[in-house]
Amino acid sequence: MSIEVQGLTKIYGEQKAVNDITFSIKSGEIVGFLGPNGAGKSTTMKMLTCFLQPTSGIAKVCGFDTSLMPMEVKRQIGYLPEHNPLYLDMYIMEYLLFVAGIYELKNRPKAVAEIIGKTGLSPEQNKKIGALSKGYRQRVGLAQAMLHNPKVLILDEPTSGLDPNQINEIRTLITEFGKDRTVMLSTHIMQEVEAMCDRVIIINKGQIVADDATDTLQKRFKSSLILNVEFKNSVNKDYLKTIPGVDMVTENGKNRWKLSASKGTDLRELVFKFAVNSGNVILEQNEEEQKLEEIFQHLTRNQ
Amino acid sequence: MIPLFIKEIRSFLSSLIAIIVIVVFLLAIGLFMWVFPDSNTLDYGYSNMDILFNMAPWIFIFLISAITMRSFSEEKRMGTFESLVTKPISDLQIVLAKYLAGLVLVLFSLIPTLIYYYTVYQLGAPLGNIDIGATWGSYIGLLLLGSCYVSIGLFSSSITENQIVAFILSMFLCFFCFSAFEQLSKLSLFSPIDYLLEWVGINYHYQSISRGVLDTRDVVYFLSFTALFLGFTFKMSRKGK
Repeated sequence: MSIEVQGLTKIYGEQKAVNDITFSIKSGEIVGFLGPNGAGKSTTMKMLTCFLQPTSGIAKVCGFDTSLMPMEVKRQIGYLPEHNPLYLDMYIMEYLLFVAGIYELKNRPKAVAEIIGKTGLSPEQNKKIGALSKGYRQRVGLAQAMLHNPKVLILDEPTSGLDPNQINEIRTLITEFGKDRTVMLSTHIMQEVEAMCDRVIIINKGQIVADDATDTLQKRFKSSLILNVEFKNSVNKDYLKTIPGVDMVTENGKNRWKLSASKGTDLRELVFKFAVNSGNVILEQNEEEQKLEEIFQHLTRNQ
Repeated sequence: MIPLFIKEIRSFLSSLIAIIVIVVFLLAIGLFMWVFPDSNTLDYGYSNMDILFNMAPWIFIFLISAITMRSFSEEKRMGTFESLVTKPISDLQIVLAKYLAGLVLVLFSLIPTLIYYYTVYQLGAPLGNIDIGATWGSYIGLLLLGSCYVSIGLFSSSITENQIVAFILSMFLCFFCFSAFEQLSKLSLFSPIDYLLEWVGINYHYQSISRGVLDTRDVVYFLSFTALFLGFTFKMSRKGK
């Protein structure tokens, strides 16, 4: 087991930031840690990386207890904290050599040159960190986390605040690196988990509400399907309900409707046929992406 | 620990803090020692460096507070502290590396004043008529005093994320520890414990070492003072974690 967490709890004053969570991650897994802001994702990660002391419970990384052997744990982990803090007045090389020094790596210039190549920092390598764009800063953040070839990589919102191209690049990097390592990354974007992770742990208000393989969880989300349709001419609400499979109809603007159906039915085709039969025209129809809150409502309702 | 120490020194240099501190210190001391008519050594007529050793503790209050104010507050505000703490380096090593970097800067601001020593040495009549013991004692005293100030500055920086607060607090604490105990001990209110109160202050021990007598008690005082504040820094840097 790469990461083992048992009954982990962190209490700030009255507030339980993380409340008695238990999970374990096998080596080689890429796990998405999903939850809204303030759910306790960062707090959990900070406890795993020995930044915070748990109020109670045990966290182990590669078999080392975070409270008993923090130095060993820190050597096994590569960590990218939230907001990617960096020394802005340092040069990239200088910074990475400094990090390599702290990890007591042998042949530091070689290790630094390698990671600069891997993270695609070469074109910018002589710049100050403060002069870099957000995407490149994120690469520097990843570089410092992966520099010492850690067995476990913990990334706190690695793609937040990046543009879509940068997000893709960073995702590719993480997937590449995570091929033979354990990666735990937090996010509040569902697609990110779908794109990268084998497994998802969803946390809300300090408690785990779901812990499953990504495919399994996706099937659960897809159990209800929401379709947004815009017709050219007005439609009767009761008439819409006659479409087979439709459970609920809500009006969503002029001639715009929100239809929800139970799982397994492809509404798009049926709605199209309905429009043709009633002599109407469809201007737009799209399946709504499941937003995190809806997934949460869904999950908490199921429990 | 060594990489962090080097990094701290480099950040002093790259942010020009080091240069400014050293230049301002030398400029201020130089003015007092050689230019200002009320205090310059040439008119004073005695071949000693008392001006330097009397003024330096006051100038250091400002300068050392300025060099240490960023050490923890900036790291905490920027979040780099989290990144640093989660690397294989212990909290104690972090405090020590930052302390040593500050102390080295103090040392480097003192080294150029050896020119003044050489000058006074040459100007003495007869040549070399300067109290060598007292001068070297004072240098050691000044370095130990700087060490106390650095530890106070680090402590102030560790309790706040605001550099200005750290700066002002550090100046006040340095001033208080250096001089206020001695001043307060002169109040009749404290007359039963006046000696003890004076003994607690830095100035008492600084003056004692300045005479050129390296009393172990004074050295132990300076070292424990530094250790005490570094200990506070160590505790505060991880508060609430």
